[in-house]
Amino acid sequence: MMMTVLTPVLILGGIGAICGLLLGVASVLMAVPVDEKVEAIKAALPGANCGACGFPGCDGFANAVAAGKAPITACPPGGSEVVKALSAIMGIAAEATVRQTAVIHCNGCADNTSEKMNYIGAQSCTLANQLYGGQTACTYACIGFGTCIEACAYNAIRMVNGVAVVDPTLCVGCKLCVAVCPKGVVAMAPAEGVAVVICSSQDKGAIVRKLCSVGCIACTLCVKACPEEAIRMEDNRAVIDYAKCTGCEACIAKCPQNTIRMVDA
Amino acid sequence: MQAIITILIAGLFTDNFVLSKFLGVCPFLGVSKRLDTAVGMGAAVAFVMVVATAITYPLHAWLLLPLGLGYLQTILFIIVIASTVQLIEIFLKRYIPPLYNALGVFLPLMTTNCAIMGVTILHFTTGLTYFEAMINAFAGGVGFLLAMVLFAGVRSRLEGNDIPKSLEGMPITLIAAAIMSMSFLGFVGLADGLFS
Repeated sequence: MMMTVLTPVLILGGIGAICGLLLGVASVLMAVPVDEKVEAIKAALPGANCGACGFPGCDGFANAVAAGKAPITACPPGGSEVVKALSAIMGIAAEATVRQTAVIHCNGCADNTSEKMNYIGAQSCTLANQLYGGQTACTYACIGFGTCIEACAYNAIRMVNGVAVVDPTLCVGCKLCVAVCPKGVVAMAPAEGVAVVICSSQDKGAIVRKLCSVGCIACTLCVKACPEEAIRMEDNRAVIDYAKCTGCEACIAKCPQNTIRMVDA
Repeated sequence: MQAIITILIAGLFTDNFVLSKFLGVCPFLGVSKRLDTAVGMGAAVAFVMVVATAITYPLHAWLLLPLGLGYLQTILFIIVIASTVQLIEIFLKRYIPPLYNALGVFLPLMTTNCAIMGVTILHFTTGLTYFEAMINAFAGGVGFLLAMVLFAGVRSRLEGNDIPKSLEGMPITLIAAAIMSMSFLGFVGLADGLFS
């Protein structure tokens, strides 16, 4: 009678004890030294796990920084505060970073352009784009179903009259919207002090004029007006070199289509 | 040889753990959203299935059964499998970090996976030898991996579709899984006719 109870208890208890002992010994013997720097960096990061740095989450970024494989400036949402904190932890001098913002390079709202079809499918830019490039008359225009708004974790994008607009004061520069836009009208620019071209059209000027009242017609007036030679023509539209742009607004004054504005206007 | 081939085909197709035994459905639905996580989870399950069988089979056949303690099987297997998985995790973290990083969070998830528990117990109800049990565990694991990879493909197709509101998300996923399970029933004829 005693044995029928004792044997199972002993066997189960014994095996349990062996397993526990093995685990205990293993965790001491094979302990992986945790880098104190990694923990400190983790604490300093925003913890949003947005992936803007290109690493899988804040943990991945912290490991990479501690190993010297990532620059301390690679966290866009953290801004200069995180750079300061990381430079203190890593002992690397912090370089000044220019805050970046996303810019929607299209102003094709309902007042300025038209639609080429009556689209009644799923309200998604990605899907609409697959059907003859979306309902917008201009092939390069913002489709306006807000796929970028869904991607934005910081509520920095809103829809104004059928075209997306980024608020540069809210944008942290994580580039998630750049990645999801099927039209590629979203691009990064410094968050203040530069002029931006609010059009992506690569069509010839005459075609743009028919489709949209605010499109870049590649008239090159801005190129001539710019004292810094920061503007050039590329694929029938003006492109501004932000490294040279001083924000003097000379191009804005000249543009006949009102296609150029200040980034934070 | 014939027995081994039969076991392999059974584990992969006709007696697939997910699609015909309905074990391990939770990870099947949970981590099949993307192909890379599906492969990670599938490979981890296959790996742990083989290791768990290697340890639990002798314990049951040569320790519990001779002592007439077969009823301890479930609780003993839980203890042993859970500790083994923990041990493997510690070992990998120390000595093979790339593999540890690749398996990531899936290894600890394995601890309470019913597909692993199922494979270790079902060896005995079907009366396999130790060697056959190892083959069976391997086949079951690869079958799980196969089901995960196939279903990840199906789900990526579901993503872009215009699905009725009431079926969005888990409902349509379950329907897709059911259809896939039914299609795997077709393999039963294959196994039956193979050696006749």
